[in-house]
Amino acid sequence: MDKILVGLKRVVDYNVRVRVKSDGSGVETDGVKMSINPFDEIALEEALRIKEKGHATEVIVVSIGGSEAQQQLRTGLAMGADRAILIQTAESVDALSGARALLEIVNRENPGLVILGKQAIDDDNCQTGQMLAALWGQAQAAFASQLDLDGDKMRVVREVDNGLQTIEVDLPAVVTADLRLNEPRYVKLPDIMKAKKKPLDEIPLADLGIDACPQINISLFEPPAERQKGVMVDDVQGLIAALKDKGLV
Amino acid sequence: MSKILLIAEHDGAVLNPSTAKTVACAAQIEGAEIDVVVLAESAAEVAAEAATLDSVNRVLTVENQANKHALAAVLAPQIVALAAGYSHVFGPSTTFGKDVMPHVAALLGVNQISDIMSVEGTHTFKRPIYAGNAVVTMEAPTDVPVVATVRIASYRAIGAGNSAAIESADISVELPTHTRFIELQVGSSDRPDLQTAARVISGGRALASVENFDLIYSLADKLGAGVGATRAAVDAGYVPNEMQVGQTGKIIAPDLYIAIGISGAIQHLTGIKDAGTIVAINKDEEAPIFEVADIGLVGDLFNVVPELTEALG
Repeated sequence: MDKILVGLKRVVDYNVRVRVKSDGSGVETDGVKMSINPFDEIALEEALRIKEKGHATEVIVVSIGGSEAQQQLRTGLAMGADRAILIQTAESVDALSGARALLEIVNRENPGLVILGKQAIDDDNCQTGQMLAALWGQAQAAFASQLDLDGDKMRVVREVDNGLQTIEVDLPAVVTADLRLNEPRYVKLPDIMKAKKKPLDEIPLADLGIDACPQINISLFEPPAERQKGVMVDDVQGLIAALKDKGLV
Repeated sequence: MSKILLIAEHDGAVLNPSTAKTVACAAQIEGAEIDVVVLAESAAEVAAEAATLDSVNRVLTVENQANKHALAAVLAPQIVALAAGYSHVFGPSTTFGKDVMPHVAALLGVNQISDIMSVEGTHTFKRPIYAGNAVVTMEAPTDVPVVATVRIASYRAIGAGNSAAIESADISVELPTHTRFIELQVGSSDRPDLQTAARVISGGRALASVENFDLIYSLADKLGAGVGATRAAVDAGYVPNEMQVGQTGKIIAPDLYIAIGISGAIQHLTGIKDAGTIVAINKDEEAPIFEVADIGLVGDLFNVVPELTEALG
């Protein structure tokens, strides 16, 4: 195939313990470390491996957000992507609008494969890939842990609740990456230098001409309910006594 | 009145327990009239089971050879065809529901609410974000259908004393042929299912090998428990993927959860915080798991677990 399109979302780093603002208006993001959504890194790694095996000629990374998302796109370019597209907007973008924006890029670039992360670790929505497949009218393979290309078809092993499901899809298709698909490479310093010279185009979201979607509003952010502090026991006998006390054994 | 179309999850023969939990959530919506749809190759058995669920108004069946295996892109257009006239379209937040529901939402031109944990109004719901570190209240527009998945760990299965009417639904839509089912490798385990087990024992990276996981299995068998694991244990290949508990694995709510050799990363904790009682066994007394444990024991799992298994006689 010619091109593979990969989505990269800028999110709060997975090691950060996110806290809700005291006025309930959002979560604290000031001064917090931001990274590529880990599932998107896996998506990009898979695209790069497909290209390195000679099954694709170009890997394009795309992100939706403010200019700060250039950082994550540059990291993607340093990992090995050939060029980047930033769909520029200062507003937060809902999943369906995000999928519609990606579809516009898909229609311009005509990729043979789109790989996204299975979910973003900020909103935990797990929607964009499935929505893009629906809008595009092409196959979807969500929660992929193995891809095997075979001409204009692809076999995908999917992680499902009761085990591993294998499906075959016609290309082009949308894949969403699960954890076991691969282990992403580390970025090397010379690659970071090289990435600075790779093309990064910015397209204002407004220029894509997508329709406004019915919005779901978040009216309140709250911290989760705390669990009561428990008891420590000294040994197995103490543990069994505590379990008996609660009627659990 | 809220007319709710609820998508049944099943394997062609048996209704998945996620459906009864999704009904329990939908039934909390004021004025709920719930129709459960069974899309299958032959739907009779599953429909009969769905008809017993309390609060269900009707069970609709859509029989089609193409529905033999649940493929999101094949099911979604059929669900969309049925959705006309419904104010809500609900499915479980299992890998089945997470696959198909956003596809449905996009075809309907609406956003989706994922992982409903509580119903606050006909169009107002709470859900967790950031691995459960924040809970948000979401208000969906009232002039378009609410498409949502239900966080099944937040609900107990609704009762099964009903006998709702079963009707065959007549729809005609063109179905895509770009996706074909090849096979399903089901984890071979006689132990209780993780997502419905009353007791779950989980092991982490500290188990250090496939063989050592036998310690977990032995204890689980003594207690009639299901077995889970952390992402690290799955990544290391000690256990298969379907055993992963946490943000990106299974979210569970057993009465008793015993975490063995698990440090307690936030991504794991979000999968267990609805458990009745959490027991933690870990040799590191500083491990974050002890912050959420109801009963904690600092000790080497390789001594503690065999002793516990033995003592439970």
